[in-house]
Amino acid sequence: MLGQFISDLMNYGFLQNALITSIIVGVTSGIIGSFITLKGMSLIGDAISHAVLPGVAISYMIGINFFSGAVVAGLLTALGINYLDQNSRIKSDSAIGIVFSAFFALGVILIQKAQSAIDLTSILFGNVLTVSDANRHITMFVGATVILVVVLFYKELLITTFDPTMAKAYGLPVKMINYGIMILLTLVSVASLQTVGVILVVSLLITPASTAYLLTSSLSKMIGLSALLGAVAAVIGLYFSFTYNLPSGAIIVLAASAMFVLAFLFSPKQGLVWQKIKYNHK
Amino acid sequence: MLEIKNLSVTYQNNVKALEDVTVTVPSGKLVGIIGPNGAGKSTLLKGALGMVDKSGSVSFNGQPIDKIQHEVAYVEQKGNLDMDFPITVLQTVLLGTYPKLGWIKRPGKKEKEAAKEALERVGMEEFGSRQISELSGGQFQRVLLARTLAQDAKLIFLDEPFSGIDIKSEGIIMEQLFDLRDQGKTILIVHHDLTKVGQYFDGLILLNQKLIASGKVEDVMTDDNLAKVFGEGAFTDIGGN
Repeated sequence: MLGQFISDLMNYGFLQNALITSIIVGVTSGIIGSFITLKGMSLIGDAISHAVLPGVAISYMIGINFFSGAVVAGLLTALGINYLDQNSRIKSDSAIGIVFSAFFALGVILIQKAQSAIDLTSILFGNVLTVSDANRHITMFVGATVILVVVLFYKELLITTFDPTMAKAYGLPVKMINYGIMILLTLVSVASLQTVGVILVVSLLITPASTAYLLTSSLSKMIGLSALLGAVAAVIGLYFSFTYNLPSGAIIVLAASAMFVLAFLFSPKQGLVWQKIKYNHK
Repeated sequence: MLEIKNLSVTYQNNVKALEDVTVTVPSGKLVGIIGPNGAGKSTLLKGALGMVDKSGSVSFNGQPIDKIQHEVAYVEQKGNLDMDFPITVLQTVLLGTYPKLGWIKRPGKKEKEAAKEALERVGMEEFGSRQISELSGGQFQRVLLARTLAQDAKLIFLDEPFSGIDIKSEGIIMEQLFDLRDQGKTILIVHHDLTKVGQYFDGLILLNQKLIASGKVEDVMTDDNLAKVFGEGAFTDIGGN
């Protein structure tokens, strides 16, 4: 089976496209996901990834690359949530729910209207095997941007995530940096559309990062491991999707979840199994 | 010299936390901020740093504070940090070197040495590679102080550094603070325990939304002042030397 997959990989350009895209998507969402989970912004990540939908639809309608429209929609969502949160009595999780479901619903209608061009199912659930050259280029651009920003500003990202008060006290623009992270998050969500789809992007953001969180005690190691796990999950998704004709997004999510369960049970420090064993020996 | 002029802070729900506080703190002094719960002690630090909306002006050695913000070290009450964050003790201390490095530039050999040395000064060098959740409250407070030492700031603000920590840690922290003061640093500490103010501080700021008194410890801790803030018959043994 695996041999067949590898030989097909040599022969088919579309499969190579899919492989490269999957790996980059896994790596970038693993990196950004580390910051999102540590900041407690998982819900925002879910919201933004859903809310890019109307942006994608409008881009198709007016005939521009769907990337720009999606980024605008993602940012409007982030701003909208922030505005509601700070200018009303609404709690932030409710603000997130209100804004993103409205955007998502609008997106569903708009995609129906623009039906000639796009297939709703493939945007909602992803289809890694139909990744075009243009999409691969977008994904590579996003991957390079995310890695460059995180490498350059690692120090600033670390301190605003761990101790925003200290960062603010010595003069870092913490709010701006948080918006920067949301911009990157939007980029990653859009790049992931083709592989996992709007609905399941959140899994690729949160699950590998949470698995890495259970296994490491330093941020740089967590980011590296999270990127690796994300890439592995994405490649497993591609393999099953191609060989057994299964939806790639769902397989990627299940692979990432399986790794999480293993870490949850067997992680040397926090694993449930070791804790039980230690407890019984006392 | 730290000069706070007409500082007022009103929170969003229209609660006045601080009203028109004007106070100066000479450089090289260790000053305690005292007052009852809700007196605006923490707010005074946050307002001075511009971390909450405020009116009034704050300057240090003649410069507005937002111009010299990288020279300010601020340690919040420790409950506000995520103890499960994937970061080791030494990495936490290394954060102290960030303000002087500016954007992008990473800590190098010199910064790592400074962090190790700071950790030694608070007696925590053996814990460098531990994850922070493995420390006791007092040990972690010492690590936060080590971070402040590594920062080498001119102006140091600490919010309740002694709440819920062991006597040994408190002693080590005070020793280092006296050291810093003798090097000419200006230190403000929010403090809730009146018993040791005479031993610990060169001066006091007594608050109850407004400034009640400020100056030398014995001038501030009068029966009259304390009665104004804590009610008649308030505890006045200041534990002087």
